[in-house]
Amino acid sequence: MSTETRTSAFDIRLIIALLLGIYGLVLTVLGLFFVTDEDNAKSAGVNVNLWTGLGMLVFGVLMIAWALWRPAAPKPRPTGRGSSSPAP
Amino acid sequence: MQVLAADLRLDANAIDYVLLAIYFVLVLGIGYMARRHVSTSMDFFLSGRSLPAWVTGLAFISANLGAIEVMGMSANGAEYGMPTAHYFWIGAVPAMLFLGVVMMPFYYGSKVRSVPEFMRRRFGKPAHLVNGISFAVAQVLIAGANLFLLASVVNLLLGWPIWVSVIVAAAIVLSYTALGGLSAAIYNEVLQFVVIVGALLPLTIVGLYKVGGWQGLVDKVSGGPGGPEQLTSWPGNQLTGFSDNFLSVLGLVFGLGFVFSFGYWTTNFVEVQRAMAARSMSAAQRTPIIGAFPKMFVPFIVIIPGMIAGVAVSELRGENKAALMAGDAAPSGATFNNALLLLMRDLLPNGMLGVAIAGLLASFMAGMAANLSSFNTVFTYDIWQTYLRKDRPDGYYLRVGRIVTAIATVFAIGTAFIASTYANLMDYLQQLFSFFNAPLFATFILGMFWRRMTPAAGWIGLVSGTASAIFVFVLTQSGVWTLPGQGGAFVGAGAAFVVDIVVSVAVTMVTRPKPAEELVGLVYSLTPKESRQREVTGEDAGWYRNPSVLAGIVLVITIALNIIF
Repeated sequence: MSTETRTSAFDIRLIIALLLGIYGLVLTVLGLFFVTDEDNAKSAGVNVNLWTGLGMLVFGVLMIAWALWRPAAPKPRPTGRGSSSPAP
Repeated sequence: MQVLAADLRLDANAIDYVLLAIYFVLVLGIGYMARRHVSTSMDFFLSGRSLPAWVTGLAFISANLGAIEVMGMSANGAEYGMPTAHYFWIGAVPAMLFLGVVMMPFYYGSKVRSVPEFMRRRFGKPAHLVNGISFAVAQVLIAGANLFLLASVVNLLLGWPIWVSVIVAAAIVLSYTALGGLSAAIYNEVLQFVVIVGALLPLTIVGLYKVGGWQGLVDKVSGGPGGPEQLTSWPGNQLTGFSDNFLSVLGLVFGLGFVFSFGYWTTNFVEVQRAMAARSMSAAQRTPIIGAFPKMFVPFIVIIPGMIAGVAVSELRGENKAALMAGDAAPSGATFNNALLLLMRDLLPNGMLGVAIAGLLASFMAGMAANLSSFNTVFTYDIWQTYLRKDRPDGYYLRVGRIVTAIATVFAIGTAFIASTYANLMDYLQQLFSFFNAPLFATFILGMFWRRMTPAAGWIGLVSGTASAIFVFVLTQSGVWTLPGQGGAFVGAGAAFVVDIVVSVAVTMVTRPKPAEELVGLVYSLTPKESRQREVTGEDAGWYRNPSVLAGIVLVITIALNIIF
């Protein structure tokens, strides 16, 4: 890619990755260290927080990988289309 | 947090609130960042037609995966079971493919800025006014319904009074849609989609564990009040309300599948607007088709949790479900609309509970933002600019758009209280759609492919179609004609479609058509092939970016799903 690969701060994939990263981290920690027998009984023995947290982390990493692999193209200025508002 | 009085209260703790707060910070942040890309009214109302297809595609289904879909469809899942999947497989996917392959070249190629604008150029002012005003009114009503559902969830969760959460939620949605316009709404829809799937997928899996896997669910539903027919999507008698199998299938295919869903997906500007924001013709065509991929699988994380709730949640199973299905109040006081919340309460530990609540609130707010961002576009371009204040500088319309967004929010708050009077929100919204959308599809499809159709036929057809939908509604409401389930809405939509076609053809025969040169780009036979062509280079190259190939893949998977279930 060219030098001006702007993986701009406003790439929605990175925002998704940020959200999933935070959620995944919090849930994984909860699932690893703060899980109670009562929680597990509630959810039929499945450690929901742990598995969901790990899943979110994986998905977040995938999002970052995608954003690095195909950076957001610079926003094309409309070629006449649209910017001129047709008179009613 | 121990509150004994309300048994629906979710046991949320500090962690859950932190996760919820993080989400709202990001939502408002997106609004703030999107604002820097807004310099013209086109940026505000149509994202400057610059977004990639996967973003608009996810936004396309996410705008519809609002409160209505998530709560309403899991409620339907609890009540009717698998036949609810028809809303997705029969009632959405074919119409989305049709929009992408057949209709989008006219919408995007003619460079109109809204669906009503297409109407004005094809049929002139009377049809435009009917369409523009009815759309604007419907959006405010639906925004209010979204708001009310959101408030009732917050009421269950935090115990806040309904009116407080209505106003707080409205303020959040207003700030990001007024700041960042359609881009903010679309980016938040994508984010919402991720969170809602992140919440519902684990809920479904854990729910299945709880009831003993798929086989356990099958056994429990079969033994319950709905019986085994709730496990196969066809013929869906309970859903349509027709006891005759043939009529039921006919109602589903023609009523839901053809008239109702094509009207909704192909002419509803809330949806079409997302595709119009795409960066090229090819991306616009792919928008609904890319959206169809996740759409096919949404039933599994929405309907199945509803079915699980119907057999696993103590307030909903057994005699409660039987009473609710018969139209009575359940002894426990719960309703099917609570199905998803009750299941979350029963299954999810703190942490996941926060994610699930964030996902639900996100879906309500995204739904409302979608209504607002399409409303302000139609109001500003189609009503204000077309009839009231022409030829002002572009910045003026940008300002009008922001102000109108605020005014619509106030009206939506008022409407939130109308929505509270109906027991089943799906019924309420379907009635709205059948009034406005069913005749629209008839008029559009005739208008796109029949060059002779006249402007007068355009508006008279629309008005008489809408009137007949209302007529059927009055008949069913007053008890003259009894159709339980969703059958009334399907019949209403069907009547609107047929009446619209008949009246349009009849009126066309006695009135003057528009001159051919005014219809270039709007009618199939008068549009040069080049201007319907999509780009096949650069970002639009490759067979996997070919709308027709993608549509074929979706169709095959949908048929397979219908055969399996």
